[in-house]
Amino acid sequence: MAATTSDEKLLGLWASPYTTRVQLALKLKSIEYEFIQENLQNKSELLLQTNPVHKKIPVFIHGDKPICESLIIIQYIDDTWTNGPSILPSDPYDRAMARFWAAYIDDKWFPLLKELGGAQGDEARASIVEKIFEGLVLLEEAFVKCSKGKALFGGDNVGYLDIALGCFLGWIKATEIMTGIKWLDETKIPGLVGWAERLCSDSSVKDVLPEAQKLVELYTMSAGLEKGVSN
Amino acid sequence: MEEVKLYGFGPSPFSYRVIWALKLKGVKYEYIEENLPMKSPKLLQHNPVHKKVPVLVHGGKPISESLVILEYIEETWPENPLLPKDAHEKAMARFWIRFAEDKYPTLNTFFRTVGQDQQLAIKEALKVLQILEDQALGNNKFFNGNTVGLVDISFGWLAYWFDCIEETAGAKIIKSNNLPRLHEWIKNFKQIPVIQENLPSRDKLLAYLKTKREKILSCIFIPNGH
Repeated sequence: MAATTSDEKLLGLWASPYTTRVQLALKLKSIEYEFIQENLQNKSELLLQTNPVHKKIPVFIHGDKPICESLIIIQYIDDTWTNGPSILPSDPYDRAMARFWAAYIDDKWFPLLKELGGAQGDEARASIVEKIFEGLVLLEEAFVKCSKGKALFGGDNVGYLDIALGCFLGWIKATEIMTGIKWLDETKIPGLVGWAERLCSDSSVKDVLPEAQKLVELYTMSAGLEKGVSN
Repeated sequence: MEEVKLYGFGPSPFSYRVIWALKLKGVKYEYIEENLPMKSPKLLQHNPVHKKVPVLVHGGKPISESLVILEYIEETWPENPLLPKDAHEKAMARFWIRFAEDKYPTLNTFFRTVGQDQQLAIKEALKVLQILEDQALGNNKFFNGNTVGLVDISFGWLAYWFDCIEETAGAKIIKSNNLPRLHEWIKNFKQIPVIQENLPSRDKLLAYLKTKREKILSCIFIPNGH
């Protein structure tokens, strides 16, 4: 790898939605950075030094300061680069709603998708599938409230929740291909289906989200992908 | 001034996080005690997703999840700041707040177990506490530095509830000789007037925990010999 004096570095994995989150935020703020692809089977010294507690990616390094945890990194980027568009809403209540739903996505909803991968038996699978759809219905309601009639969770611009949920779109589509289940079903979640289409065609987003087909290939190659990937 | 209401539950350390933050900022609020496990219609209306306490309602708008509430309080009432101003320090504070949330189950597993399982749980809890001692607290008086902040509030349950949990479960984990700085932090944290004046009754908490542990253990199969 060529030596670089970039002040901004991102340690991550191209396929990890949590890495994608940070890449989206950096793209929105037009921040140039060096991307360092980690090998989770052989973690770099830099990763172990900058995230000694969890030893997980993504880690964003600004100068000599490391920041860990994707949602925390996004807030740091928003606090530090104030000339670009704001990622979090300006109103404290709207910010609280954004944080609430991001926590719901990370703590309750995305773990279900991961659970589906390991589910044994039709009954267990069916139960998880039902819970995933219930979660999507809740997120649909959240979209209606947060967007306030506009195109995205953040209104006219890509915001915190667009990033927090949008980062999973590659994996959602990959899972549709692998399971045959249509998660983005316009009869069930029309608001979110429209949102996903608009987000994926946004200039700041479309080149950053990993392609579903590439994720399918990766998943079928290695079952242990999620090991070592942080929130 | 829009009215502030807090729906909480006496023994819940999560409710107290919010109480401490509001009191430290001098915010007046009405407290409504929920009679868990029964949940009032208001609680279900204000927190339909998780149906849990605490819920803060400000000017009729509800906010759930204690850590989300803490950030909201910090942003809405900026007097007596509880988060650092510097962006990187703030990110570090948020990191430890998230750690407090993620590790809460690990720190409580010994309460839900007996015998060898409990011994293992105590070992895991000690690993987490050692990280707090060495990396989160370091040589500071408080996690926030010289004064308390949201990180201290997030870990506040360790300063009071943990000792009651230890007593109920028959284990002593945080001691002055194995985790001296954490042990000192516990003392300092409890001496802050707002904290001291806003803690649940120890007797009531112990009684609550005793019943809770009995219920949990009655569901565990205990093999012969334990």
